[in-house]
Amino acid sequence: MNAAWQQALARVPELLAAHIQLSFSALLLAMVICLPLAIWAVRSPRIAAVSLAIASLIQTIPGLALLALFYPLLLGLSALIGGGISAFGFLPALLALTLYALLPILRNAVTGLTGVDPAASEAADGLGMTAWQKLQYVEAPLAAPTIMAGIRTAAVWTIGAATLSTTVGQPSLGDLIFAGLQTQNWTLVLAGCLFSAALAIAVDLLLGLIERGIRERKRIMAFAGAALIAAGLLIATLPLMIARDNVVVIGAKSFSEQYILARLIGSRLEDAGYGVRYRDGLGSAVVYQALTAGDIDVYVDYSGTLWTNQMQRTDSQPKAVMLDRIAQWTKASHGVTMLGALGFENTYAFAVRPEDARDKSLRTLDDLARVSSDFNFGTDVEFLERPEWQMVQAAYPIRFKNARSFSPTFMYPALASGEVDVISAFSSDGRIAANNFVVLEDRKGAVPSYEAIVLLAPDRASDDRFVAALNPLIGAITVELMREANYMVDRRDDKKTPRQAARWLNEKLRE
Amino acid sequence: MPVSGPSISLHRLSRHYATVHAVDSVSLEIAAGSLVALVGLSGSGKSTLLKMINRLVEPTSGTIRIGGEAVESVDPHVLRRRIGYVFQNIGLFPHMTIARNIAIGLELAGQKEGRDARVAELLDLVELPQDMASRMPDQLSGGQQQRVGVARALATRPGLMLMDEPFGALDPVTRDNLTEQYKALHERLGLTTIIVTHDMAEALYLADRILVMEGGRIRADATPAELVSGNVGDEAEALVAIPRAQAAHLIALGKKS
Repeated sequence: MNAAWQQALARVPELLAAHIQLSFSALLLAMVICLPLAIWAVRSPRIAAVSLAIASLIQTIPGLALLALFYPLLLGLSALIGGGISAFGFLPALLALTLYALLPILRNAVTGLTGVDPAASEAADGLGMTAWQKLQYVEAPLAAPTIMAGIRTAAVWTIGAATLSTTVGQPSLGDLIFAGLQTQNWTLVLAGCLFSAALAIAVDLLLGLIERGIRERKRIMAFAGAALIAAGLLIATLPLMIARDNVVVIGAKSFSEQYILARLIGSRLEDAGYGVRYRDGLGSAVVYQALTAGDIDVYVDYSGTLWTNQMQRTDSQPKAVMLDRIAQWTKASHGVTMLGALGFENTYAFAVRPEDARDKSLRTLDDLARVSSDFNFGTDVEFLERPEWQMVQAAYPIRFKNARSFSPTFMYPALASGEVDVISAFSSDGRIAANNFVVLEDRKGAVPSYEAIVLLAPDRASDDRFVAALNPLIGAITVELMREANYMVDRRDDKKTPRQAARWLNEKLRE
Repeated sequence: MPVSGPSISLHRLSRHYATVHAVDSVSLEIAAGSLVALVGLSGSGKSTLLKMINRLVEPTSGTIRIGGEAVESVDPHVLRRRIGYVFQNIGLFPHMTIARNIAIGLELAGQKEGRDARVAELLDLVELPQDMASRMPDQLSGGQQQRVGVARALATRPGLMLMDEPFGALDPVTRDNLTEQYKALHERLGLTTIIVTHDMAEALYLADRILVMEGGRIRADATPAELVSGNVGDEAEALVAIPRAQAAHLIALGKKS
C-alpha cells in the first residue's frame, strides 16, 4: 500500500501543475470573454438573452462530450487553414473548459450589473459620469461581490471538469483517475480525486476570501486572497518551467495492455538515453491523429483498428496482406512509419462461461448464433458502434436478448457473475484464461486481424538510435507473455503496476 | 450675495411616450436666481420637465437654454456636471465614505487639490458634524443622507440646482428643517433652483414662483401670495385648497382650546 501511494504521489506534482495551469487559463479566458460581454449585455437586453441562452445551452452538454467535440472541430479548422493548429492536448481542453466556465461568470456578472440600485445609477448620471466612469465608480464595485461569486462557482466546476481533459491528451490529475480505473488501482483513483478536490476547495476558500474582502470593503482581505492565489499558482506551475530537451512522448490508449507496452517501449528508450514522458488514456480516434501531428512520438495500435477506423475498409484480408497495406497506407497518407508487429494479436473474441460452453455445446460463433436470443451480451463502451460488430452480424445471424456496455474492468466480472452470458473480450486479456472462459471460434473470419503494431511519428523514422532501441521488440512478444503481463495488472490480488509488469516482460524478453 | 445662477428658457418643449404627452409644448422663462416650485399630481409631467433640463430625459421636440446656451451644445455629462441634481431616492454610493460621496464631482472633474477642505466646508453648509466624513452611507439616517445628497450636488459650485421631490421621503420635522435650511442656502449662494414637489404647502413656503402642472401643461404660474388669494384657475385652487383647509382647521382647534 505504501509503495502504491509513493508511486501515485510521485506523479502528482507534474500533473497538479498541468491541472492548475489548464484550469487557471480556462478561467482567465472565460473572464476575459464574459466580463465585456456582461457589460454589453446590461446595455442591450437582446445580447443578454442571446448570450445567456448560448451559455446555458453549452452547460447542458456533458463535459466529456464537449471535450470530444472540440477534437474533430479543431482538426477540421486546422485542415481548413492548412494545418498548424494542434487538436490534441492543451488547446481543445482549454476551449472546452472555457466554454464550460462561461455560464456562471456571465450569469452572475449580468445579475450583478443589472442589480445595481437604480438610485445609485440615477445619481451617477445626474453627477455627469460618462458610461465608463459609471462602470468604474459605481456599477463594477457594487456588482463585484456577485461577479466574484460567479467566478468562484466557475473555478470549482473548471477544476473538477479538468480531470476529463486526459481523454484529449492533456495531462491533468485525471490521468491518475483514468489510469487507476483501467488497472483497478484504487490508490491512483483516490490520489487523483483527493488532489483535485483539495485543489478545488483551496481555490474556493481563497476566492471566497477575496469575495468577502470586496463585500465587506476590506481591501487587505481581498489582496491577501489574491496574493495567496498568485503564490500558489507560481509554486504549482514551477515543475512545468523546468525545460525538457529530447523528450520522447509515448502514447497509450486506456487499457492495461497499452499502459504496459508504453512502459516497455519507454524503458527501452530510456536505456537508449532518451527522456521519456507518457500520455495515457487517449481515445482510439485521438491517438493516431496525435501521432501524425507529432504530439506523441510512438504508440502501439492494432492492425484491425487502423484498417476499419482510419482506412475505412470493410473487407477481410489475410494477416500479412493487411499489415503490408497498412504500412503502405500510413506512410503514404501521413508519413507514419509502421515499425513492425510485436508478435501477438488482441482481437475481439466472444467469450462465454465454461459451464455454458459445455452444457450448450458452444464452440463457434455459429453455435452462439443458435442460442443468442437467450443470451445477454456484455461489451466495452465502443464495440456496438464499431464496424467489427456489423461484420460479425453480417456473417452470423446473432440477435442477443439485450446488450450492455461496461468498462473493460467490469466486463469480465459481469460475465463471471452471470450478469451477462457472453462478452466481446480481448484475446490478449489475461482474465480470459484466469476465469477459464471459453473463446468461440470465428470460422468465417468475420473479425479482421488485430496484430499489435508499433507506429512511429513522421520525424522519428529517421532517428536511427530510436529505431534501433525498439527493433528488438518486433516479433518478440507472444500472446501468452502478453496475457500474463496483462493479468498481473488486471487481477484483483497481488496487483502489479503497469511499470512492474513492463519490467517483468522486459526481463522475459531478454532471457 | 450677488446672483450667480443662470436664467433658463424653455421653448415649445415636449416629451411624448407613445400616445402619452408627458410634457406638451411648454414654453417658460425662469429668471436667474429664482426659486421655482413645480407642483402637480402624480403623472402631471413635472419630473419629466425637470429631467429634460439636465438631459436625463431627452425631449421629443423643443429647445432648452441655460444662461442663453442651448443644452445640446455640450455632451450630456459635461452639462450635468454644471448642474446640481438632488432627488427623492438620494442615491448615495453605498461603497464610498461620506467624504468621497460628497467629493465625487471633484474627483470626476480631476480636481485633486483642496478636496478635504471643500468636504469640510460642505458638511458645515448642510449642518452635518465633521466626523460624518469617514462614515459609510448606511450608518446615517434618511435626513442625514439627504443632507449629504445636497452637499454632493453643491460640491462643484453649480449655479443651477434641480431638485426632484428632494425631501418627499423624510419625516415632517426633518423635512421642514431641511426645507428651511435649503431656502437659506439658495439665497446665500445666489442659486437658481427648480424644485419638483406634490406638496403645495412646501411650495408655498419655499418658492418665490409656483408653476402648477397638469396633463403635461402649465395650468397656473403665480407667486405664492397670488395662489393663496385665488383667481388662478381650478387646478391650482384644488391644490391650494388642501393646505388652506388644514390651516383653517388648526386655527379652529386653537380657538377651541
